[in-house]
Amino acid sequence: MTTVERGALETSFNSLVEQLRAELSPDEQFTLTLTSEQSQFTRFNHAKVRQTGTVSDGTLRLQLMQDQRSSYQEFPFTGDVEIDQRQAQHALDALRQEVPQLPKNPYLVLPSGDATSRESHEGNLLPSDAVPSTILAAVADFDFTGIYSAGLVIRAYADSVGQKHWFATDTYSLDYSLFTAEGQAVKGTIAGNQWNHAAYQTKINQSREQLNRLSDAPKPIGRGQYRTYLAPAAVAELVNILSWGGVSEASYQQGGSCFAALRRGEKKLSPKFSLSENFTQGLVPRFNELGEVAPSELPLIVSGELANMLISSKTAKEYTLVANGATQDEGLRSPELEVGDLPSDRILTELHTGLYVSNLHYLNWSDRPTGRITGMTRYACFWVENGEIVAPIENLRFDDSLYQFWGENLVALTDFQEFIPDVGTYEHRNLGGVLVPGMIVENFTYTL
Amino acid sequence: MITELTHLLSTLDISAEWVGLRATREMSTARSSRDGRPETNGTSTTQGVMVEVLVNGQIGYGATNSLKPEQVREAAAAAYRQAIAASEWTIQKTGLSARPKVVGQYLSPMVKPFDVLTLGEINDVLTKICHGLKQSDKIVKTSATAITTETESWFVSSNGSEVYQKFLRIGTDYSATAQEGAIIQRRSSNGFLAHCYQGGMEYFITPELWNRVQQVGEQALELLSAEECPTETTTLVLSPDQMLLQIHESIGHPLELDRILGDERNYAGGSFVKLQDFGNLVYGSPLMNITFDPTVSGEFASYGFDDTGAPASREYLIKAGVLQRGLGSLESQARSGVAGVACSRASSWNRPPIDRMANLNLESGDQSFDDLIGGIDRGVYMEANRSWSIDDQRHKFQFSCEYAKLIENGKLSKTLRNPNYRGITPQFWNSLARVGDRSTWQMYGTPFCGKGEPNQCIWVGHGSPVAAFANVEVFGGGA
Repeated sequence: MTTVERGALETSFNSLVEQLRAELSPDEQFTLTLTSEQSQFTRFNHAKVRQTGTVSDGTLRLQLMQDQRSSYQEFPFTGDVEIDQRQAQHALDALRQEVPQLPKNPYLVLPSGDATSRESHEGNLLPSDAVPSTILAAVADFDFTGIYSAGLVIRAYADSVGQKHWFATDTYSLDYSLFTAEGQAVKGTIAGNQWNHAAYQTKINQSREQLNRLSDAPKPIGRGQYRTYLAPAAVAELVNILSWGGVSEASYQQGGSCFAALRRGEKKLSPKFSLSENFTQGLVPRFNELGEVAPSELPLIVSGELANMLISSKTAKEYTLVANGATQDEGLRSPELEVGDLPSDRILTELHTGLYVSNLHYLNWSDRPTGRITGMTRYACFWVENGEIVAPIENLRFDDSLYQFWGENLVALTDFQEFIPDVGTYEHRNLGGVLVPGMIVENFTYTL
Repeated sequence: MITELTHLLSTLDISAEWVGLRATREMSTARSSRDGRPETNGTSTTQGVMVEVLVNGQIGYGATNSLKPEQVREAAAAAYRQAIAASEWTIQKTGLSARPKVVGQYLSPMVKPFDVLTLGEINDVLTKICHGLKQSDKIVKTSATAITTETESWFVSSNGSEVYQKFLRIGTDYSATAQEGAIIQRRSSNGFLAHCYQGGMEYFITPELWNRVQQVGEQALELLSAEECPTETTTLVLSPDQMLLQIHESIGHPLELDRILGDERNYAGGSFVKLQDFGNLVYGSPLMNITFDPTVSGEFASYGFDDTGAPASREYLIKAGVLQRGLGSLESQARSGVAGVACSRASSWNRPPIDRMANLNLESGDQSFDDLIGGIDRGVYMEANRSWSIDDQRHKFQFSCEYAKLIENGKLSKTLRNPNYRGITPQFWNSLARVGDRSTWQMYGTPFCGKGEPNQCIWVGHGSPVAAFANVEVFGGGA
C-alpha cells in the first residue's frame, strides 16, 4: 500500500471522528475503535502453493454511552469517506434508538483523560507477485508447509473527550514447518517489517540442520515424570495460557484465576520466575478500548511473588481498585518472562538425561484452580542421555501444575530470550508476541 | 443482490478460466448479563465480496469489504495477479469441476423471530436467569448470554451459478460459578455456548428454561461438596452434550481430507487417518454410525450448498464402524481420489473456503437411558464439556467435564466433581459398547471450530445419543 493510500485511510478515520464529535449531544459519550488491514495470505503445502489471495478489511466499533447505559455497533471501514460517514451516521442513529431501552450498568466507565499518540511504521515487504517464487525457491527440496502473511495493519482509537491514537505498521510473518518422510517436523517462524532474504535463507538452513537430527527412528517414551528442557517456543505456549483465567483481576474476583492459590498464600512459585508486561519494543499499541495508555513496563510476578494482576478500568470500578491500563479482557499483550543464568551451550549438559521439547501444542486447563495444564509435545522433541541427543520421540501428552513446573521443579531458565511472534489471523492479523527464555524442569509429568 | 453481482461479473475485464463472486452480509447481536447487570449489548455488521479467479489451473482470491464496483474490480484484478504468480507453483491444477454450475437457495427454519422480544425484554430475561442461578451466597458469579446472527450469502459465477442462502442462528448460554474456600466449580447448561441452533427465540425461551436455570445453580453448589472423580479404568458413559466435543475432535477433524493431504500440518495438524484407510479402516465398533448431515432442521450447520456451490446431502462417513468417506471438498476429492461431501466452507467473505465439518452426528442405537445405565455394574457418567486437548494427529486426547455421577450396580449414585478422561482415538471408538436410542438423542452446536491459514472460526452442529465406552481411564482434579 502506498503512502498516499495509507494517508487516505487515516484521513477517513479522522473525518469520522470529527463527524461523531460534532453530532454528539452533551449527555452522550462515545468511543470509536478501528481494526483494519490490507493483507496478502499465501499458503504452502509440499513446497507448492495451496491457496493465495488478498484481503482488504476494516471494522469500526462505535460505543455510545448515555445515562449509565451503553451499547455498540460494529460496521465496515472502507476508507471511502462518503461511505464510512454514512455508515457511522447509521450506526449512531441505531444506537440512539437502542441505548434508552437497556438497563443501567453501575460499572460503566466513561472515557476520560487527554492521551493521544501516533505511530506509523512503513516496511519493506516482498512484492505480492514475488512471494511464491522467493519463498519456494529456497525450499524446493523440502516438504515445506506454512503461510506467509503480510501487509498493512492499523489499530486506532478516538473518543468524545478528545483522545485519539493511531497505530499503523507494515508487517510480515512466515510461519512454516519442514517435514521428514516419516512425519517428524521442525517449526520455524520469521516476522518483522523488513523482508531480509539473507536472514530467511539462514533460518531455513538452521531448520535444515534440525531436520537432519530427526532422521533417526523415534524412541518410544513411556508415561512418567522426566527432567525436561522446554525451548522458548514451548514456554511461550505456557505463558500464553495465562491470558485465559490467569493474570486477569476480574477472573480472580469471579473465581476463575489459576493464581488465586498464589494470592491466598497457599501455593508458591519459584524465586526464579518473573513475568511482566513490557511494551518497550513497541510492537503492539499501548492504548486500550478506553484510550488509556498502559505503563511501558508492569511487573506481574516478581521472583515468584504476585506483584500485580491486569486491572481494567471496568474491573477497578467494580471492585474499588486502581486500573493499570489493561484491556477489558485483561489478557497479556506484550509479555516477557525474565531470563535466568543457563547459557545455551550448557542446556544439554544441565538437562543431562530427559526430554528436549521444542514446542507444545493445544494447551488447556485440566484443573484451573490448582494450576493444572494439559497439552501435547510437538515438532522437534528428543530423548537426551548424558547430555547427548539420542533420538527423536513420539509426541507425548503432559498434565502438570504450573505450581510445580514454575514452582519447586523449576531448575533453570536460559540466559537468553527468544521473541515468539503472534502469527494468529482469526478475523484479523495479530500483532506482537511473547519474549521468553527456555527452561529446565524437574519431574515434568507425562500421562499418555 | 444476485442481479447486481451478475452485472458486476459481466463487467470484469479478466482473461480467466472461471470467476466467482461470493458476497456475504452478516449481522449479529450479542447480549449478556453478569450477576444480573448488563455486561454486553451490541450489534456487529460485516459485509464484503470474495472474488475467486481460476487461471492456469490456479485459483487466486481477492476480498474487499467495499461493495463499490471499482473496489470489487480491483479485488478481481488482485486475485488474477495472485493466481498468475502462483500458477507455476500450484500444488495441483484445479479444473472447472471444482466449481460446478449450481442454481438454488436455502433458508433457515424460524418459528419465533428474533424481534419477538424487545431489547429490554431480552435483557430482563438475562437478568432473571442470573438471579435464578444464584441459589446461595456461595455462587460467586452468574452469567447469561444470547447471540443472534442473520447471514445472507449470494454466489454467482462465470459458468452460470446463482445461489442465495439465508441463515438465522441463535446461541445461548448460562452458567453459575460456586466457591467455598479453594474449591471452585462452574456449572453451565450443557457446556459453554452449546445451545447453538438454526432458528429463532424458540431455542431460547423454552418450556424448561426456568427449571433448568434452577437446576444449574443447584448443581454448581452440589459440586462443591461432591467427591473427586476416582482414578480408574472403567466404563465411561457420555451424555450428548459431551459427545458434541468427542465427535468433533476425534472424528470430525481427523476425517478432513485437507488435513490428510497435509494442508493443515503447519497449524491444526495432520491426521492419523491415511488416504488408503477409506473403505477399509475399522474406526470403531459396529455400533458406530456417523453421518454428515446438513439436512437436519434446526441443527446449527445445516445448509443447501457449500461455499463453492456444491449441493449438500446426507452421507455416511462411518457405517457399522467402517470408514466410508472423508470430509473433503470437490478440490480435495480430486487431489485425493477419496469420496467426500459438500463441505468447502468459509467463515466469512474475507476467507477462502476450506474443508470443514458441518453437522456431524452419531446415529441412534436401541437402548433407552435406563437400560443403558442399567447394564453397567460400575462406571462414570459425565455431562458437559469443560476442557479439551488433542494431539496434532487427532490421536491422544484428554477431555474433562463439568458434572459426573458414579454408576454402581446399574444405577446413577454419587455426584463426582472434576471428571476427566483420556484415550487414543481408534481404541476409544472401538470400545463403544452401548448406544442410546432416539429418546436420548440431542443436538448441540458451537461457533468456535478453529482451523485454516489464515485462521477461520466456523459454526458446526453435532447430534448424538448417550453412549457408553468400555475400559476408559478416568480421573479427577488436583495438583
